Amino acid sequence: MSAIVHQHVPLTHPRLPRWAPALVGVISLALAALLGISLGWGPVGIVVVALLVYLVGLPVWSRLVENRRAATNRFVTTLVWVSLGIALVPLGSLLWKVISLGAPQVNGRFLTWSMKNVFGESGGIYHSLTGTLIITLIATIISVPVGLMTAIYLVEYGAKSRTASAIRFLVDVMTGIPSIVAGLFAYALFTLLFGPGTKIGFAGGLALSLLMVPIVVRSAEEMLKLVPDDLREASWALGVPKWKTILKVVLPTALAGIITGVTLAVARVIGETAPLLIACGATTAVNLNPASGQMSSLPVFIYFSYTQPGANPKILQDMAWGAAFVLIVVVMVLNLIARVAGKILAPKTGH
Amino acid sequence: MAKSIDVSDLNIYYSDFLAVEGVTMTIPARSVTAFIGPSGCGKSTFLRSLNRMHEVIPGARVEGKVMVDGQSLYDANVDPVEVRREIGMVFQRPNPFPTMSIYENVLAGLRLNNKRLKKSEADSVVEKSLKGANLWNEVKDRLNKPGMGLSGGQQQRLCIARAIAVEPQVLLMDEPCSALDPISTSAIEDLIHELKEEYTIVIVTHNMQQAARVSEDTAFFNLAGAGKPGRLVEMNPTKKIFSVPDEEATEAYISGRFG
Ligand SMILES: Nc1ncnc2c1ncn2[C@@H]1O[C@H](COP(=O)(O)OP(=O)(O)OP(=O)(O)O)[C@@H](O)[C@H]1O
Ligand SMILES: [Mg+2]
Repeated sequence: MSAIVHQHVPLTHPRLPRWAPALVGVISLALAALLGISLGWGPVGIVVVALLVYLVGLPVWSRLVENRRAATNRFVTTLVWVSLGIALVPLGSLLWKVISLGAPQVNGRFLTWSMKNVFGESGGIYHSLTGTLIITLIATIISVPVGLMTAIYLVEYGAKSRTASAIRFLVDVMTGIPSIVAGLFAYALFTLLFGPGTKIGFAGGLALSLLMVPIVVRSAEEMLKLVPDDLREASWALGVPKWKTILKVVLPTALAGIITGVTLAVARVIGETAPLLIACGATTAVNLNPASGQMSSLPVFIYFSYTQPGANPKILQDMAWGAAFVLIVVVMVLNLIARVAGKILAPKTGH
Repeated sequence: MAKSIDVSDLNIYYSDFLAVEGVTMTIPARSVTAFIGPSGCGKSTFLRSLNRMHEVIPGARVEGKVMVDGQSLYDANVDPVEVRREIGMVFQRPNPFPTMSIYENVLAGLRLNNKRLKKSEADSVVEKSLKGANLWNEVKDRLNKPGMGLSGGQQQRLCIARAIAVEPQVLLMDEPCSALDPISTSAIEDLIHELKEEYTIVIVTHNMQQAARVSEDTAFFNLAGAGKPGRLVEMNPTKKIFSVPDEEATEAYISGRFG
């Protein structure tokens, strides 16, 4: 038996000062700027070179002073931040563009007027805003019950049966339907039922619901699966029938997540243009009746304003930006409402 | 209102797997019966077959007879939902409903079964059940707080309150104290002592002292061998089991020589 030799293992090692990353950042930027200005690169080139210098410089310095693990850590940390930045750049510039061009357009007239009999001056998007809200509401009213009940079947009744796997497969296929095909389907269906050329709000709602249902099914299914079996068994053991257990125990427990899923589905379809173009057409007048007449919507309005701005293109193209801004605001407001609702309805775990 | 349970020749399956074989026993009314035995021998499985909770697992089925007060539980025209109203269950892990307050949790069984209760009646059911579960004093000032906000032991007693609020005839408890500290455990054991005045109680436990303390009768389950089904080795008054059991296997298990 050999005695175990306890070596002295140091628990400390030299560390770079806290301001090291900042210093390297400034140096890289200065270096890149110097090079860039003398060689005539644009600002993008300078930033890219600065990043590359930083990406090499900081780990090398760390390797010299600290140890290998710290150097790797600094390298990967930098990479993660850079990737995050790259992902945020398009989002930021998109938001900036829409807000800077769109927000100034929004005023009382813009929100309350339609484009009926408006020529050569700026009108309003009231007809498209109401159209979008009505069509999306119809789509939601169709998709939520269908999607939710399908999810309930898949989780609570079908489980691992063959029917359930078949339905899951079909839902996945539905997720992949191109939106324009959904529009064509709705248009064809309404033509079959009510005669050729039937372009109405309901058709648009139906087209969008075809796109929404699979999203609702999949997200609701995931949420229902998260509800622990313990709760179902607790309820059954009290002599509560299965349907009531689902209604009063399982659904309330999963509700917050389901609402989030529905909101995501709404956000996904509210900007659809092609299916609405086909299924409910376009109009310049306010039409609040989804059962008759064409109905405008924000995406369709944006499309026509930009592609066919008429004699005075500047006016309508500006209005298109305004409409895009309003569309984004609508989606954000919906998200906000869903978050608040989710917070209120979420299972309470605190004291 | 308590009822006795007669089991004869019960085989319990998970799909093709025979988990418990040939159990015959009589569980007396208004008394506490303990199930002991090594892990995996089918105590939970057998317990769950007593209120038809076994069959909620896909593919699970039962052969044989379970008679509760002369009625056969597994007759074709018996409604499992009705059975579970009469034979309540407390699980190993506390499972209060997360969306409900303490008050609503206690009333869940009644409310979800469409009992219309006046506010005063509901209040008195809640108070009686929580007192019955030894929890009233700890929670009476925060009945409207979420049930999940309680400690583990309090949650378990809340689940017991929820189970006795529907006034079942039989209460099945599957290792109700295994996640609890000694103080909560002793609170629940006291509770079992009181409950047996009115209920028939069956408790699964891995704690020999607990079985000896709370039960009148004890049933020892064992596996005949690896991969073989579990079976009932012997059932006798607890005093006898812990002093002079009929079977050598029982003696060995209790004295810790195996299992
Ligand atoms: N849902 C299930 N599906 C298939 N087999 C199962 C299932 N639940 C339990 N079993 C099997 O049935 C046998 C008995 O299990 P059971 O849970 O009844 O044991 P137990 O005596 O309660 O054990 P423990 O003391 O660990 O709780 C075991 O072999 C187990 O693997
Ligand atoms: Mg068990």
